[in-house]
Amino acid sequence: MSKTTVPAIAGWYTMDAGNPHLIGTRCKECGSYFFPKLTTYCRNPACDSDEFEEVQLSNRGHVWSYTNASYKPPEPFIAADPFVPYAIAAVRLDHEKMIVLGQVVEGIGVENLKVGQEMRLVLETLHEDGDQTKVIWKWKPV
Amino acid sequence: MSQDIAILGVGMHPWGKWGRNFVEYGVAAARVALKDAGVAWKDIQFVSGAATMRCGYPGYVAGATFAQALGWNGCEVNTSYAACASGSQALAAARTKILSGQCDVALVIGADTTPKGFLAPAKGYRPEDPDWVRFYIGITNPTYFALYARRRIDVYGDTLEDFAAVKLKNAEHGSHNPNARYRKLFTREDVAASPMVADPLRLMDICATSDGGAAIIVSSLEYAKKIGKGNAPRIAAISTVTPAFANELVEMPDIATDSAAVVDARSFRAAVPAKAYEEAGVSPRDISLAEVYDLSTALELDWIEDLQLAPRGEAAKLLRAGDTRVGGRIPVNASGGLACFGEAVPAQALAQVCELTWQLRGQAEGRQVAHAKVGITANQGLFGHGSSVIVKK
Repeated sequence: MSKTTVPAIAGWYTMDAGNPHLIGTRCKECGSYFFPKLTTYCRNPACDSDEFEEVQLSNRGHVWSYTNASYKPPEPFIAADPFVPYAIAAVRLDHEKMIVLGQVVEGIGVENLKVGQEMRLVLETLHEDGDQTKVIWKWKPV
Repeated sequence: MSQDIAILGVGMHPWGKWGRNFVEYGVAAARVALKDAGVAWKDIQFVSGAATMRCGYPGYVAGATFAQALGWNGCEVNTSYAACASGSQALAAARTKILSGQCDVALVIGADTTPKGFLAPAKGYRPEDPDWVRFYIGITNPTYFALYARRRIDVYGDTLEDFAAVKLKNAEHGSHNPNARYRKLFTREDVAASPMVADPLRLMDICATSDGGAAIIVSSLEYAKKIGKGNAPRIAAISTVTPAFANELVEMPDIATDSAAVVDARSFRAAVPAKAYEEAGVSPRDISLAEVYDLSTALELDWIEDLQLAPRGEAAKLLRAGDTRVGGRIPVNASGGLACFGEAVPAQALAQVCELTWQLRGQAEGRQVAHAKVGITANQGLFGHGSSVIVKK
């Protein structure tokens, strides 16, 4: 029996496997973007808005910096056994002018990355949970 | 009217992994500081404790906990929690009390007993907490140090040899510091042989967590004169500013930064010392030495630029020229820094001020910076807490 694919964190990204987007919000008054979603009071100190619209953030950007996790992180991270190191990228979204961190897809190490290169958002397994596969956003070189 | 306060005494319990109650380290440090100041515990009018917050760990009642352990004396008390800047906020609370005339002499104190391994969030499935989410997706604190380090390599041309040179320099400094936990000298080969934690940073590039305690006795200038310490080093500035929107650069352990789509981006790390310079009326050219928060070797280089001791991207030039070692033009982390201490969060910002005090008094045996007149500290911790203190003769 095949496993069901579900989001590891519901509501943070679209589950459109071919062209996923992070879901943020945009202040209706000043236009600032927020991720994770902000729905209470705008954090721009010059803006007193409390109205936001949900928006899909750009799913492409450029590497601001990158690293990897050579050691198994503590809980709540759920590691494969044996632990497989993974790369991490901080990617700047040009339109939103913000940097979003995430794992880099399996099989791409730091030796394949450089500051400034273009990346796109994909969905990939974070961990298995019973009969479910929990997926998360990851960055993949274009 | 002068906004300065006097540093009458400083004291530390050596850093290590002692595994005892944090109160013991704090009291030991306080006793050393009181003796150094020549002030009796019964004369202390205000205890300002720097706290840690660790899932039910009782450090958050630091002020009263230390006051009880020293023997209740009926003085007023305060507790400050601000991550790595806790000590500076406790110091700022004491300064406010002194400058407003509500007290003459205060004890500022911080101590910690740290758990082993990675610092991790509280358990459970808590997706509403972004800090929990970043651990869930596998992003730990060293990730951030490594992102900064990698940018230095790719953008400024820094090398792994530069990072190792920071470690070697600080190890040399710390080998002369009796309060440092690590006092061994290292070679480039030692650093290169240590395991990779978060590329490009190896274990020896990243600071450990430690147990330790630090205490400072501060007073009004009038009180200092009255007890014959009119020439004691003075605190000329304490900056504890928050970031300013839009904090677009990755400077805090978040999943995503502010959006600078409609407001210009501003750097937090640079803002912290900038406020201290402004408050003290001191320029980066006046600085004799700096104690900075080297959570990683590469981060020391970022701080040198944030402190405006070198233009952006050029800190490694100072390092390579030997400028940042004791004996050089602008020594950085003469104490040995976090590389030799490891981080004891609520004590660390105070430990930086202790070192500047010894340096300005000419008592830093084996690591003394010649003619030290003005020193600056800088640190930054979780979620918008950072501090910078300027101490002058």
